[in-house]
Amino acid sequence: MKDISQSIQKEDHIEKVSGKSLYVSDIKMDHILYAKTVRSIHPKAKILNIEIPDLPKDYFIVDYRDIPGKNHVNMIFEDWPVFAEKQVNYIGDPIMLVVGKNKQTINDLIGQIKIEYQVLKPKFEYKTSVIHKSFKKGNIKKAFTKPFKTISYTYETGYQEQAYIEPQGFIAYPEEDGKITLIGSIQCPYYVKNAVLKTMGFADDKVRVIQPSVGGAFGGKEEFPSVMACQLAVAVHKIGRPIKMIYEREEDMSVTTKRHPSKIQLTAAIDKEYRIQGLKAHVALDSGAYIGLSGVVLARAMIASTSSYTIDNLDISGDVYETNTVPNGAFRGFGAPQMIFAVEMFIHHIAKELNIDPLILRLMHLAKQNDLTSTSGVFRDPIIMKKMIDKAMEISDYEQKVKIYQDPSVFKGIGMSWFLHGCGFTGSGESTHINAKVKLRKDANDQVFLLVAAVDMGQGAKTALKKIVVQTLGIPSQQVSFDNPDTDYVLDSGPTVASRTTMIVGGLLARAALKLKETWIDHQEMEILEQYQQPEYIKWDEDTMVGDAYPAYSWGVNVVEVEVSKVTYQTKVKGIWSVYDVGKSIDDRLVLGQADGGIAQGVAYGYLEVMKHEQGKLRQKTMTDYIIPTAVDMAKTETVIMENPYILGPYGAKGVGELTLVGGAPAVALAIEQAINKKVYKIPATPEYIMELINHDKI
Amino acid sequence: MIKFKLNGKDVEVNLDPSSRLLDVLRNHFNLTGPKEGCGEGECGACAVLVDGRIIHSCCFPLANVADKEVTTIEGFSETKRYQALADAMLEEGGSQCGICTPGMMIAAESLLTQNPKPTDEEIRIGISGNLCRCTGYNMIVKAIQKASKKGDGLW
Repeated sequence: MKDISQSIQKEDHIEKVSGKSLYVSDIKMDHILYAKTVRSIHPKAKILNIEIPDLPKDYFIVDYRDIPGKNHVNMIFEDWPVFAEKQVNYIGDPIMLVVGKNKQTINDLIGQIKIEYQVLKPKFEYKTSVIHKSFKKGNIKKAFTKPFKTISYTYETGYQEQAYIEPQGFIAYPEEDGKITLIGSIQCPYYVKNAVLKTMGFADDKVRVIQPSVGGAFGGKEEFPSVMACQLAVAVHKIGRPIKMIYEREEDMSVTTKRHPSKIQLTAAIDKEYRIQGLKAHVALDSGAYIGLSGVVLARAMIASTSSYTIDNLDISGDVYETNTVPNGAFRGFGAPQMIFAVEMFIHHIAKELNIDPLILRLMHLAKQNDLTSTSGVFRDPIIMKKMIDKAMEISDYEQKVKIYQDPSVFKGIGMSWFLHGCGFTGSGESTHINAKVKLRKDANDQVFLLVAAVDMGQGAKTALKKIVVQTLGIPSQQVSFDNPDTDYVLDSGPTVASRTTMIVGGLLARAALKLKETWIDHQEMEILEQYQQPEYIKWDEDTMVGDAYPAYSWGVNVVEVEVSKVTYQTKVKGIWSVYDVGKSIDDRLVLGQADGGIAQGVAYGYLEVMKHEQGKLRQKTMTDYIIPTAVDMAKTETVIMENPYILGPYGAKGVGELTLVGGAPAVALAIEQAINKKVYKIPATPEYIMELINHDKI
Repeated sequence: MIKFKLNGKDVEVNLDPSSRLLDVLRNHFNLTGPKEGCGEGECGACAVLVDGRIIHSCCFPLANVADKEVTTIEGFSETKRYQALADAMLEEGGSQCGICTPGMMIAAESLLTQNPKPTDEEIRIGISGNLCRCTGYNMIVKAIQKASKKGDGLW
């Protein structure tokens, strides 16, 4: 049998390269209407009165009064309205849709709508906590009793915009018996379906969600599409015609969810042998106007508080703060990038204060198999980080460069981050919230169909999941089909998030395929259903946050080399080297593609991508002023995949997608730190910030 | 009436000359290969060739193509040069979500037409008007380099 890691042709290669692949904006329908959203222009205000102009024939207003069910979008936390009723809470809060035949007429009508507001005082500070979480490990009191040294630092991270190249969009249309079908650029067909069901108060068979090609998502199409879908479903229900709503870039950037800005305080108690005996951490996340997924993002950030290190005594807490700004949400990494940046900087800053080699301090604390995790779970599986670190140092010539770049006059630096990423939903999420189901169907011609809700948004899920089934069944690839998910046909295998698709959905498919193989009868229709079962040894207490937070962890090492201009303080990334343990790669080329794309986003998060608001108004809302890397900004990469098969993963595979992002920011920030010989506390490390550090900060 | 050549065929349209070429291609000619990513000439997803040179069709008025030759990915995909690029993109993993890919293919064609043997640095500059958020570009750079070598003589 062929090694499954050997790359095969990407399932959708030809349609993608030839431009034949259909994305939602490419889909046409007869008698279609268009919709545009009327939004709040104030960060916080009461709506006193709305004056609507006379509407021409075939033009409609849709607002909260048209909602047949509940006026909130079903997410983990249900505080996000479909349409504002009496109050708006951020600039861009949706108030109504204007629907009609001609886009220009819609714009003209929107210009004539008069909304009278009573402006209220908005909040922008980390003041109003809406979610508080905490957990402890070991004996933190003892650790902080008479330490040799106590060291504290605070770190800050900014917004990051997903900047998928395809903006968000949907088409919704009525079918017989009041059923509504939605086609949209989404990651999670069943999130959308369940949200629409609640908003509409419909029975389960009255909503259908279909996924077309998706032009990038990165978390941005996890929960936000449900907002658009609910609004459009309400509109279709009222008007009874197909409606298309595709955001333009400016609207997309202004109102869709971003990575949470954060402020992270870390305090370590260190003993005479330079061992970090205790760590206290507090994570503050800015949720924006609605909580949405912020509580879960907070949990992942807090659990990442020791990253790839083992520290015996912990006191970790965090708060989600509500502000009158655009709601923040899912973005590849989901809270971990903020925390791993802080931890990696902190351990280097501790080493600087203790005046020892950071590498020695880090190796002293590197997690080993059977160590307790931050939440007092167990790292059950082998950890091969030492080997990975050695490899990364070898291919990047790290030791030599670290020495040369110690000369502060060269303005060059090299930084190395170590990290892990928990695969799958946090805590008992996979068993209590998701409970994934997959189905394989074989028809009388022996064609096998994958009936799962996993979305290929570019990462290659179609190729990887089908490959697992093909390899297990041992039949030709053409005999297996995997169409885009359609909720009328596929089971809820869970959302395409949390680095869970290959490991969890792929694992269930591998089991189903094995069963099908064992019971296979030629020319007979067959169906195999598999459902997720949490391994019994995994225990998690949601309230105390104690136990195994994840069934498995992927691990990584990133090395980034930079040169900082002595004149402009601009950073040029010169080289990137990575080593990953993703268990077993299901397709090397796909994993390397994730590695390249993930590190590009992670490194850019650390030094390039700037988004800020001023009194609640985002200052960057186009591709011209929100800068993502071009081919010229990106350096060459070298990636090594090290095998360390995970016993419960399909063919040994663990999660990939998010791992490749989370270490980028600290690696580039550490490289910049060396180049400018100053401590970096904040990302993105822009030229302005570097100048500030050089002129004003002590080393 | 504006006449031009579209993917090798003579066409004429009676549309507002200030219409965006992108809208004319997508809506009037149903050529949905060119995509709208940003609408302001920044991302390159809408790229097409006008007389063999790359332009951003979201910022290009219809009037400017009068008597010129427009090639979209649909037209380009009928050529041997496309095939060489498509094969290289497959082997190197240059396409992920695919939304930037048609524009990237057009950028590669435009670059290789002007410079059949580019260095890696020249490729990076050549595609720097096309944003990709999935790949980090390295696999695309390698693909264009490979196509340039394997497709020797095609450009």
